[in-house]
Amino acid sequence: MDSRLGYGVLSYDLAHLLGAAVLVLSFVLLYQRRMGAVINTYAAQAWVLAAAAAWQGWSQGAPHLYVTALIALGAKGVAIPLALHNIVRRLRIHRSIDTALGVFPSMALGVGLVALSIMVVLPTTLSRGALTREDLALALSVVLMGLLMMITRRSALTQVIGFMSLENGLILAAVGVAGMPLVVELSVAVLVLLAFVVFGVFFFRIRERFDSLDVSHLDRVGGAHR
Amino acid sequence: MSAAAGLLLALAAQLLHVALMLAAAPLLVGVIRRVKARLLGRAGPPVLQPWRDLLRLARKQPVVAENASWLFLAAPAAGFAAVLAAAALVPSFALGMASAPVADLLVIGGLLALARCILALAGMDIGTSFGGIGSSREMTYAAFAEPALILVVFTLALLVGTTNLDAIAAVLREGALGLRVSLGLILIAIIAIAIAENGRIPVDNPATHLELTMVHEAMVLEYSGRHLALIELAAALKLLVWMTLIGTVFVPFGMAPAGALPLWWATGMLAWAGKVGVLALALAGFETAIAKMRVFRVPEFLGIALLLALLAVVFLFVSQGFA
Repeated sequence: MDSRLGYGVLSYDLAHLLGAAVLVLSFVLLYQRRMGAVINTYAAQAWVLAAAAAWQGWSQGAPHLYVTALIALGAKGVAIPLALHNIVRRLRIHRSIDTALGVFPSMALGVGLVALSIMVVLPTTLSRGALTREDLALALSVVLMGLLMMITRRSALTQVIGFMSLENGLILAAVGVAGMPLVVELSVAVLVLLAFVVFGVFFFRIRERFDSLDVSHLDRVGGAHR
Repeated sequence: MSAAAGLLLALAAQLLHVALMLAAAPLLVGVIRRVKARLLGRAGPPVLQPWRDLLRLARKQPVVAENASWLFLAAPAAGFAAVLAAAALVPSFALGMASAPVADLLVIGGLLALARCILALAGMDIGTSFGGIGSSREMTYAAFAEPALILVVFTLALLVGTTNLDAIAAVLREGALGLRVSLGLILIAIIAIAIAENGRIPVDNPATHLELTMVHEAMVLEYSGRHLALIELAAALKLLVWMTLIGTVFVPFGMAPAGALPLWWATGMLAWAGKVGVLALALAGFETAIAKMRVFRVPEFLGIALLLALLAVVFLFVSQGFA
């Protein structure tokens, strides 16, 4: 590795470190067992993401990234966590995280996914600068970790949080690449908010119907029972 | 400066270092207890209280069970000696001490493991059930903490090219490596390992003496008098060794470089006191804010440390392979 190009330059180091912090928070999401802690971790991830976006805006000299940071902070760092806490309170599901897979196996799978994304991203982007490549690998890992969380959790609420953290990974990839138009980011943010509203309605419907947010009940309805 | 003067200086730094470590270890425990008490709204004992306890215990005659073997009598001194040897190897205020050529991270890890094994054997020696439970739990935790520590050492060795602690600190002190992701990951991992190794909350509660969940205190339940004094001093010294180790590897700034004049040492000592002080405050705050975790969740907690260290290795290894 050519360390003179990348490591040791503050703008690169800090961007890299913030990306890694987002990834570590993805691992923390998998580790948590309480609903409240999961939501708080998701909020923390959004805060770090906002910091990463703002730092990229400063180091790339791209002011529209500050808007991205503000959206991440306001919508995903404050509004959605508050709404999720509200749902948890109203449905009284404080400590009901049922994992389909144990915490340790799912985290081990997570490390495997990170290795996979590095091995996929780095060889295919050899011509790009070190900053873009490793940030892309980090972002892809966050996306894969979000998918993993959606697979390994049974409760609909945690699956939705997995989906949201997946979207955090997408934003992380977007801010790392110079020249992403603001329109795309705005539409993604609006899409997530809309999806969240739909999910919120959905929670109450599932709860009303089955007295639980465990999505394995849905198998019966879908005719997946064998 | 001639070679002989340099050697003398290294020896002087080494002696001063060991004396400071020994003097500061009980003080560190006193500071942590005091801060924790203040955070809980109590006045708390004075900072010197652990030293007073040690001196008092050292004057008392030990009470030994009838069926104790020679192992039980030898364990406190042997365990203390191992921890003291580890303490002599971890540089605190100056690099290039007399022990620098042998200050290998694997040796330090081995010495600490030796101390733990001796104490675990002593815990089982009398044959009471408490000691046995404590020993078995201690070794279970160690089985998870040690691989994680080895991976941390591996990461540092990949980055710097050596496992010698003195050389690692000297390279990281230059700051040429920058803020590496792998360094951040192993920092989290080593903090988790240090919490487990020192029996702090959430892994073990150092303030209890009669609980089914205790680990360290269960092993040393049968000890009294000067034996207990040695064991407590060793435990305090171990905590200081881990804090100094974390400070030396991750915040090596302010340390006197190898071969510096004694005037540099003063700055080094101030920096060292600052680093350990910040870590002690952080530990006290963390322990006040968090509850002890169930025994069966501890391997999971340490498994996370292992995975984070593994992630650090993956980042270094894989990204170096494709550069």
